[in-house]
Amino acid sequence: MKQDIHEYLAEFDDIPGTRVFTAARARKGYHLNQFAMSLMKPENRERWKAGERAYLDTWPLTEDQKLAVLARDYNRLLDLGGNIYFLSKIFSSDGIPFAEACSTMTDMTFPEYRQMMLDGGRSPEGNRSIKGGY
Amino acid sequence: MARITAGVGSSHVPLLGVAVDQGKWQDDYFGPIFKGYEWTREWEKAEKPDVIVLVYNDHASAFDANIIPTFAIGCGEHYKPADEGWGPRPVPDVEGAPDLAWHIAQSLILDDFDMTIINEMDVDHGLTVPLSMMFGQPETWPCKVIPLAVNVVTYPVPSGNRCWALGEAIKRAVESFPEDLNVQVWGTGGMSHQLQGPRAGLLNREWDNRFMDLLIGDTQAARHIPHIEYLRETGSEGIEMVMWLIMRGALGRKTRLLHRHYHIPCSNTAIGHMVLEPVE
Repeated sequence: MKQDIHEYLAEFDDIPGTRVFTAARARKGYHLNQFAMSLMKPENRERWKAGERAYLDTWPLTEDQKLAVLARDYNRLLDLGGNIYFLSKIFSSDGIPFAEACSTMTDMTFPEYRQMMLDGGRSPEGNRSIKGGY
Repeated sequence: MARITAGVGSSHVPLLGVAVDQGKWQDDYFGPIFKGYEWTREWEKAEKPDVIVLVYNDHASAFDANIIPTFAIGCGEHYKPADEGWGPRPVPDVEGAPDLAWHIAQSLILDDFDMTIINEMDVDHGLTVPLSMMFGQPETWPCKVIPLAVNVVTYPVPSGNRCWALGEAIKRAVESFPEDLNVQVWGTGGMSHQLQGPRAGLLNREWDNRFMDLLIGDTQAARHIPHIEYLRETGSEGIEMVMWLIMRGALGRKTRLLHRHYHIPCSNTAIGHMVLEPVE
């Protein structure tokens, strides 16, 4: 092994405003991500739209996960093991563009976020390391 | 014998597919992005590749959270565009190249790369957007495609060094295939972008361009960029750029730059595109 796995993983916690999709998150969010994935099938989307809570209850999710899905609280869903490519099935089913969904995870409105992107995006300056502050 | 004649790097942002499918590719927002691909479209018409080994990542379309192959190669006859939640893209089915794909798969396994073999799957925007960018909107795609899917979602993803080495092994595999085929390797994804969390929207023009510089000529410095550097400098999804290193590895010792394009932004993402040829 070239790199110590513990050191490798520990570095990920030093990135501001970012949840790296590690094995621990993949394990915690397994059913959450599989639920989101199921929305790719038109028949499942219909069941979901007919009754969100009832459809969620057919999946072995925690109550926290279910409430965060119903609230479309994507930062919370990341904390509960969601991965953004899987979670994107939820906001795609809502008809919400990726950039708008991204903006809900920041401290900006969608128009402010869109303008930041047009202006060159969020600068890496000061956003690379929590401990290092660079 | 088959030979690798060129490498193409390109972002594969889904919104670019929407722009093509809805005829918006010449408007004020998308025009400058697509202009940077005009050179490549003309060049591809002249090059007429027989097969493209298309390195991409699946975005929770063909693979769910159940099975996570690090490197998977498509050996099927054909692939349909995936329904990613809003219906499949209106693009042609992708024709595979099973004879060459199986040859590459077998050669890679003998070369110590333990590949996952896929016979049937749908392909998502990661694969179909680069085809649209390079070939436009034909009735059928002008060449066969071997999908090569890389896990860049669940950590640890493969190291840059391993990706580069896989590219080198793909070159050996292609060059031992007896048919006279013109093969290109495309590395897709990136460049800097972050789609999640309070840091969403991070872009890094300087870093992205240094990365492209490192794919030209005979330097191998890019193989040793650690994951943490991609994460800090290019956002949580910038790690897709390791897939460009498979393309670079497949071009051999030295490359020459034929074309290069960079544009910010496309939705949440920095668009990068380059065409390289091997220098023997």
